[in-house]
Amino acid sequence: MGRIHVASRQFVRPGDLLAEGEDVFNENCRTGEGGYLELVPKKGIYCVEKDHRIYAVIMGLAEIDGNKISVIPLEGQPVLEEGDVVIGIIAGVGVTNWVVDIRWIYPGILPANTVIEGFNPAIHDLSEYLGLGDYIVARIEEYDRSSVPILSIKGKGLGKITEGIVIEVKPSRVPRIIGKKRSMYNILTQETGCSLVIGRNGRIWIRCPDERMVDIVINAIRKIEREAHMPSLTERIKEYIIAEKRRIGA
Amino acid sequence: MMHEKPILIREDGLRHDGRKPEDLRPIKMRVGVLKNADGSALVEFGKTKVIAAVYGPREAKPRHVALPDRALIRCRYHMAPFSTDDRKSPAPSRREIELSKVIREALEAAVFTELYPRTTIDVFIEVLQADGGTRTTGLTAASLALADAGIPMRDLVAAVAVGKVDGVLVLDIDQLEDEYGEADMPVGIMPNLGEIVLLQLNGVLTPDEFRKALDLAYRGLKEVYRLQKEALYRKYYSGY
Repeated sequence: MGRIHVASRQFVRPGDLLAEGEDVFNENCRTGEGGYLELVPKKGIYCVEKDHRIYAVIMGLAEIDGNKISVIPLEGQPVLEEGDVVIGIIAGVGVTNWVVDIRWIYPGILPANTVIEGFNPAIHDLSEYLGLGDYIVARIEEYDRSSVPILSIKGKGLGKITEGIVIEVKPSRVPRIIGKKRSMYNILTQETGCSLVIGRNGRIWIRCPDERMVDIVINAIRKIEREAHMPSLTERIKEYIIAEKRRIGA
Repeated sequence: MMHEKPILIREDGLRHDGRKPEDLRPIKMRVGVLKNADGSALVEFGKTKVIAAVYGPREAKPRHVALPDRALIRCRYHMAPFSTDDRKSPAPSRREIELSKVIREALEAAVFTELYPRTTIDVFIEVLQADGGTRTTGLTAASLALADAGIPMRDLVAAVAVGKVDGVLVLDIDQLEDEYGEADMPVGIMPNLGEIVLLQLNGVLTPDEFRKALDLAYRGLKEVYRLQKEALYRKYYSGY
């Protein structure tokens, strides 16, 4: 029988023992090839197969859902994976691709042939489609950590941003802004009527039908960023938004 | 110029500064002391005071130093010119280059470098005030700064030196005990995993003494590790 040693939302540091026991281990760790250490980067944990133990690899808050265990980081670079949605800024226009600043160690590459149908570098001038400084919502199409991330803007909800505003937050706060089962995201959108697109890289695109809500959403997000480590944040954010709405009479 | 040897172990069995052989010096740790760095820490062991800053993972510059399969850790251990009694030349000495290497290797054992290929993680360790045990203090501070930067690690690294002075094994030796003692053994471990990442020995210990010294280090490191965890916790849960 497995044992979980930490409470939900408990502060953990690298090397803290989170859980032990075979059932918890099998639930959280991919069965490796008898390796001593196995790392699950997105969850912020690593598994030692020898005695079925799970440790934290990063400073953050433990998140427990039944037997599933993970660590929400409080600092550091985002762990980007294929399929993640990010918000980028065009930083360079080439002949066959755009270079996109995605707030990561290396910039992303957006190939022109995924954007323009029947792309021919002799005919098409890329700057007519996306220019320097344009914001885009993109998906990471191809990325295996050893190459530069390849982006795509094909798909629902992806493409150039033409309205609203984009703010930057610490990438490590993104899981908290989305919340457990999107709870925080739902409060932010439903209470204010705004629509949010949250990029994994810590950029958030905000569109509000009611102009007055923009400040409230931004302040609420800043509050989450500041107090990410505090308990019952979702409740307090809800109260904050309701109080602010009353103040402006919306 | 050697002066006359001072009394290191007093008649009552205490050390020259009044500590028992198995006592650490008063330890202070603070995390997040530098705004520009991704992670930073200030650690004091008695009068030894070391600041560590971590930058990265970031793009490797110059490009050719990058490794295709993992991050490159670059470590610079440096003593400030004002850290010692006489002015220390700021140019990196043979000793500083060696210590940069052993500290880097100790950290490489802890960091999951394979998560960030073709990048560098830069670790700067600056000794502000030296009174013995600077490499262990530096390593302790560097591991805190790495954790503060949110870099995935197997465990924190805690380090302390054990020495032999006047035939007695003592924990956490200072400058005077290092200078006139018979042996000095810095030990760095990953406490939760119980793995040694740094072990050096200057002087002579018998095999039996060595085992006892290691044992003594482990006992001291338990306390150092507790303080490290507390320092990280304090960053978020109360103003310092």
